[in-house]
Amino acid sequence: MKNPEEIFELLKNEFKDIILGLEKETPTEPIVAIDPMQINKVGLFLRDNDILKFDSLMVLSGVDDANGTKVKDDDGAEMISGGTLSVYYHLHSTNLKHKITLKTSTPRENPQVESVYNIWRTSDWHEREAYDMFGIIFVNHPDLRRILMPYDWEAGYPLRKDYKNPEFYKGMKVPY
Amino acid sequence: MGLLDKEFADGNIVIARVDDLMNWARLSSIWQLGFGLACCAIEMMATSASHYDFDRFGVIPRNTPRQADAIIISGTVTLKMATRIKRLYEQMPDPKYIISMGSCANCGGPYWEHGYHVLKGIDRVIPVDVYVPGCPPRPEALLEGLLKLQEKIRNESLRKKIS
Repeated sequence: MKNPEEIFELLKNEFKDIILGLEKETPTEPIVAIDPMQINKVGLFLRDNDILKFDSLMVLSGVDDANGTKVKDDDGAEMISGGTLSVYYHLHSTNLKHKITLKTSTPRENPQVESVYNIWRTSDWHEREAYDMFGIIFVNHPDLRRILMPYDWEAGYPLRKDYKNPEFYKGMKVPY
Repeated sequence: MGLLDKEFADGNIVIARVDDLMNWARLSSIWQLGFGLACCAIEMMATSASHYDFDRFGVIPRNTPRQADAIIISGTVTLKMATRIKRLYEQMPDPKYIISMGSCANCGGPYWEHGYHVLKGIDRVIPVDVYVPGCPPRPEALLEGLLKLQEKIRNESLRKKIS
């Protein structure tokens, strides 16, 4: 059983620059920040290392950090330009009973994160959901389609902070 | 009723208006499409179960729209599901009836403002006969809705409407 600081040190020694830092000022447990395009290498290490054995991805969730600059578009609606979208990974070792939280941030304009589908199959639908709600592209995911919204939904990604709901969908009025 | 208010003129003959007879037959065996959407569907199932016994009104679930007379929209209708409900409704034979059950199906319910995926009322897609309010409505409320629907059917006529 290891605490987040020890796991962070292990990862830092193994991966050097790929591990961006340890965020301690969180109300929950410390969070390890990782380069979005290298997350799969870190994940494979976390799963297969004998003293870590993170065999379970409890949840993978997308977050809109909304830390870009707010600009008004032509209709007067507030849009966010720049900043990041994040993906959080909550890992658990059923064998060693310890946990760790990873995060990776990717630019809002071209949000790409390497898929961890080959490491934890749980991430299949979780990544599809993060794609559906936030538009985060998971590179090398085998089947990155929308999962909750209709396949032909064209109005964008509903959980982004600057999302605007369409007036109509297939002839049905959407607003109240 | 009007069905049995005429005297028996002959041993085996009951005299009744065709309208009354047809309406009585229709309203006494409203077969509903076996179809549930959300928490309202749990109340609908409770209504079908032994304690409230939907079957005593002739309501039994059918597993195909082609054999159903009524559809109870029991729950939140997402935009994705709305297209399917429309298809199911179109597959039902006339005469067909719709009971909108619960706030979500009536008007979007708690999703009225931030429900980007919710249809704000099933009557935007298909014509509703009876609205049952509640979140979710208790079985008694759904039964009341059914009685209201029966009332509506009882007052129908086969005669051509003169406009």
